[in-house]
Amino acid sequence: MTQCHKAALAALLGALVLGSAGCGGGDEPPSDVVLVTHDSFAVSDDVKAEFEKTSGLKLRILQSGDAGELLSKALLTAGNPQGDVLFGVDNNLLSRALDGDVFEQYASPHLAHVDERYVLDPEHRVTPIDHGEVCLNYDKAWFSEREIEPPQSLDDLVDPRFAGLLVVENPATSTPGLAFLFATVVRYGEPSWQDFWRRLRENDVLVVDGWEEAYNVRFSGAAGRGSRPIVVSYASSPPAEVIFAAPRPDEAPTAVVEDSCFRQIEFAGVLRGARNEGGARKLVDFLLGERFQEDIPLSMFVFPVNSSADLPPEFKKFAVVPESPLELPPGEIGKNRDRWVKEWTSIVLR
Amino acid sequence: MDEHRAPVSAHAWRALTYGVPLAFLALFFAYPLASILERGLGSGENIRSPLDVLTDPLTREVAWFTLWQAVASTLLTIAVALPASYVLGRYAFRGRNVVAAAVTVPFVLPTVVVALAFLAVLPEGLERGWAAILIAHVFFNVAVVVRVVGAFWAGLDPRVSEAAATLGASPARSFREVTLPLLAPVLASAASIVFLFSFTSFGIVLILGGPRYSTLETEIYNQAVRMFDLRTAAVLALVQLVCVALAVWAATHLEQRLALGGQRRAERHVLRPLRTRGEKAFAAASLGSLAIFLGVPLAVLVESSLAVGDGYSLEAYRALGRPTDALLATPWEAVLNSVVYAAGAAVIALVVGGLAAFAVAGSRGGGARLLDGSLMLPLGASAVMVGFGFVIAFDTKPIDFRSSPWIVPVVQALVAIPFVVRIVAPTLRAIDERQREAAAVLGASPGRVRREIDLPVAGRALGVAAGFAFAISLGEFGATVFLARPDSPTLPVAIFRFLGRPGELNTGQAYALAVILMAVVGVSVFAVERVRALRTGWV
Repeated sequence: MTQCHKAALAALLGALVLGSAGCGGGDEPPSDVVLVTHDSFAVSDDVKAEFEKTSGLKLRILQSGDAGELLSKALLTAGNPQGDVLFGVDNNLLSRALDGDVFEQYASPHLAHVDERYVLDPEHRVTPIDHGEVCLNYDKAWFSEREIEPPQSLDDLVDPRFAGLLVVENPATSTPGLAFLFATVVRYGEPSWQDFWRRLRENDVLVVDGWEEAYNVRFSGAAGRGSRPIVVSYASSPPAEVIFAAPRPDEAPTAVVEDSCFRQIEFAGVLRGARNEGGARKLVDFLLGERFQEDIPLSMFVFPVNSSADLPPEFKKFAVVPESPLELPPGEIGKNRDRWVKEWTSIVLR
Repeated sequence: MDEHRAPVSAHAWRALTYGVPLAFLALFFAYPLASILERGLGSGENIRSPLDVLTDPLTREVAWFTLWQAVASTLLTIAVALPASYVLGRYAFRGRNVVAAAVTVPFVLPTVVVALAFLAVLPEGLERGWAAILIAHVFFNVAVVVRVVGAFWAGLDPRVSEAAATLGASPARSFREVTLPLLAPVLASAASIVFLFSFTSFGIVLILGGPRYSTLETEIYNQAVRMFDLRTAAVLALVQLVCVALAVWAATHLEQRLALGGQRRAERHVLRPLRTRGEKAFAAASLGSLAIFLGVPLAVLVESSLAVGDGYSLEAYRALGRPTDALLATPWEAVLNSVVYAAGAAVIALVVGGLAAFAVAGSRGGGARLLDGSLMLPLGASAVMVGFGFVIAFDTKPIDFRSSPWIVPVVQALVAIPFVVRIVAPTLRAIDERQREAAAVLGASPGRVRREIDLPVAGRALGVAAGFAFAISLGEFGATVFLARPDSPTLPVAIFRFLGRPGELNTGQAYALAVILMAVVGVSVFAVERVRALRTGWV
């Protein structure tokens, strides 16, 4: 499709919807800034209002499917993006985003408050915003009623005691599923991780398509009345079970197996070709600033990377921040991701 | 149509009925799809050539499964839906409109929500795999057959089969030799829609199939989104498009060959009360069994929306009144957004689809058939590829339509238009040509013929089509899912957001919103038909 065709088409479209599209004409600086993000993005109203007040810019939020769909669209529109800032690319997909030349360099002054271990791109094309750990969760009541010790480690999962108790997500279709596969690769190394999964399969692991089914339907410890007391979810799931319960219980009904946790870091970046680059930088600063960072735990159920941000009391009381979670460099993930998923599929599903 | 009498008006009408639908389709379907296919096939970074993809045994395996499950789902759906279509198409009884509206409800529910309900309902061992996929496809698509076939049946002159009975034909023989041939075109029409929906099934296959089953659509998604291998995705999307085009061609061909005309009558002359005990028993049995089949998963959703801790309460519904971070709005605003978008989409679909229906019904030529078939393609094209196509097709500065709110109803209308055509065209086509000729002989202009003969007869069908288009748009199928949304969430979007958050209350709110979606769909479909009935004085 040539530019000429496109221009003709645009003119036609323009005539069709005259007046309905708010296309600010001329060279005036845009009065809004557009954040492109995934469906899990959330922010409190007053926090959003504060950004708009201090920056003088209207914040428009464009949500675009899950993290994979978000990145695919960003890659398709690299250089002519749908917005100014993208939030929601994580370390699992970071190398693909950087290879696709989606972002513009920008180093926010707030990075001074961010631990080096979260800064995975030394060129600052992306800025870390939050981290969350994918961990095994278990249903405390299920184990205490049966007087069985809950699992303590990944190794425990292949023990016959835990046969038929675990539900995991398919790494080909689910982000936490993928993170859990990485956790086993880091822990057991190549090619032993494959033996671990063969033994998990013998131990009757249940594989489902996505987190929604695993956690809400198959897991016995949450809203569902499933039969599996161990599930792959997040370190922040136990506090969510307290906050979103009526009435609130005194302690979380679920707990995390710290040994199994794999770290995910989510990044934001100024999109190359952004219409409002100045506004985009202001927005990245805001995302990394204290006000937004303190809003993160209760709106998105992940942890802030800014060390000066205070955690809400529910998180201090019920959440575990794993001391030394399993990690993989994004380059290694980018190189091996597809092969690991393929090998996993032939071991566990075929 | 008498072209000698008013050639200018006839030509203008022809240009309008063909031109508007074709332009709409070209701009909002063909152009974005072609853009993404061009980009995908042209992307050179991959080692796999298109030929490698085509000859891969995995491709053949996936294509074969896609095909046979779609055929099986279609046949099963027709078998399950036919008795209820008969009852709705032949008898007048209290609550007939309620039944018709209720049947529509499952069709528009988000697949994820229904799949989760099915997991809870289906017995152990059957809850995953191909059988679960087929059952779910029947659950979703029964509405298509009952509504499309039922609406046509209700206008079919019963005197023909009564005559057959008078001449000594048994009810079975009269059905086989008189009614079935008259219904055949509309059955083919409904079947092709069910086939396309099953062929491109996505959420159902992912969840109820378990990780071992995939269709072309799930594989395209996998390649385009997970692997970002656009070339493989484009090749698979082309394979899917060719299969779909063949199926559509066969269906429209069949439909036209089967069309017999037959006498159309207004519904009030056709429907009659249930008289004998046998009739009453048959109606009760067919509607009752359908109610159980459709009702149990829906009841599970209602129950899940009320379950709190170990007991039941309205807590999830109360929570919907509060603003939530999950949506950047209150859930009630999502309900309002949904209704506004769906109303817009229904208007677009009714105008574009209504014009197309006149074109399709007005001619038996290849042009009409091509238009009819082309309008079906959006149902069978890869939703993810069309969605991605929108992202790269409408990106010219300074006008950027990729994220305008109005793109949402436009894409919703793409899916609703074929339904409007399918519901309205067979009725128009079956209008006795002699009525039009008689009117013309008496001096009526073609415009007046359309206004005074075609429109009143099509009224019933237009009413059904409007309700259906509205409902389809509420359910948001196809490429709508893959559009980037500005911060005005709709009901299905809100349901996904809540479902994606941990915590019992969030899950409860997701199910509560699903129940509200059910209610909105049921009430609106009922109201649309009610308004039409009052206006035209039909019952």
